[in-house]
Amino acid sequence: MAETAGTKLTLEVVTPEKVVISEEVDEVVLPGIEGEFGVLPGHIPFLTALKVGAMYYKKGEESEYLALSWGYVEVASDRVMVLAETAEKATEIDIKRAEDSREAAEKILTAGKEDTEYEKAQVRLEKSIIRVQIAGKK
Amino acid sequence: MSNLRDIRRRIQSVKNTEQITKAMKMVAASRLRRAQEAILASRPYALKMLEVLSSLALRTNPEAHPLLVTREPKKADMVVVTSDRGLCGAFNSNILRKAEQFMAEHPDWEFSMHLVGRKAVEYFKRREVNTRKISLDILADVSLPHAMAIGNDVVESYLEEEFDQVFMVYNEFKSAIQQNVIVEQLLPIKPMEVTEDHFAVEYLYEPSEDMVLEELLPRHINIQVFRVLLESVASEHGARMTAMDAASKNAGEMIDQLTLLYNRSRQAAITKELVEVVSGAEAIK
Repeated sequence: MAETAGTKLTLEVVTPEKVVISEEVDEVVLPGIEGEFGVLPGHIPFLTALKVGAMYYKKGEESEYLALSWGYVEVASDRVMVLAETAEKATEIDIKRAEDSREAAEKILTAGKEDTEYEKAQVRLEKSIIRVQIAGKK
Repeated sequence: MSNLRDIRRRIQSVKNTEQITKAMKMVAASRLRRAQEAILASRPYALKMLEVLSSLALRTNPEAHPLLVTREPKKADMVVVTSDRGLCGAFNSNILRKAEQFMAEHPDWEFSMHLVGRKAVEYFKRREVNTRKISLDILADVSLPHAMAIGNDVVESYLEEEFDQVFMVYNEFKSAIQQNVIVEQLLPIKPMEVTEDHFAVEYLYEPSEDMVLEELLPRHINIQVFRVLLESVASEHGARMTAMDAASKNAGEMIDQLTLLYNRSRQAAITKELVEVVSGAEAIK
């Protein structure tokens, strides 16, 4: 690729517990609350909430996926700052646990009582589905 | 004169105690280090959040959100953060005293309590207070979901107007040997201090400023609670380390004294026996 100066993005993914990623990347795709969007260098300053979903970034020929739960992102022309409640790299996801969690959530949902328990299970289901989807993806 | 065997036994028992206090000190020291790391690790997120919030506060009407509106204070909720375990010096009694004092300072407010840690529960069990919630066994391993559980509960009850204010009473971590007891207002959220230099960048907000603010504020509370829990845990370990250090030192001094006493008694006994033998021999002559 013919890269010139200023065509890289600094990607930072931060959770309350730690800094997950801090790297120079070429492209980032994020699950915005209004839909998925991509960020390339030179993007206008932009701030949006994120929903439960998968994000990925490209660095040269390599790309990596992450599972995010609620968060928001601040985009500047050369910087993407993701603040998420949890962020797990695809390679670090324990697929067994994710599937167990999905089954447990589905069980509560099929029992079908509309209370807070139900809502929690829905969120949990979403999260676990995302995890299972991207686990092991490269 | 005390019996030699008794003294020996006491020395042994003090030695055992010393070993335990030493071990506890080491454990506290290593936990303290971990707790400090956790505080440092949570800082970038919290700072960034504050930055975004204050830039939002500039752009939106701060009265727009119920968490920002000050109501006439009649009922107040207090989140009291103590520890689950004792042997940490004045850590718990300081907090509990502060909580009592704060209640005494505001006699016309009606207080309810959210107790964190076994020590607070034990203390308030025997007193006339309205305990609304209890959170136990979360301090050994503070994680964000714990903080969210507390934060969400407080925010929900606040929005339902169960109370008009929320305070947190906790130990702020200054250093391993210094902790400050703090009463902090959690809700309503105090207006942000706005400094202009942050906001050179004009952001595009999606879906809208108000929506982002609405999403952000409850999270902000959760992060605050998370920070408080982390600080409190670090303080607890710091306090325990100091207390156990003092205890080990005292035990050492006590052993020295007892050993001195033991040797003196032993010497006295020998002298006495010698005198008896000598005077016995004299008598036979």
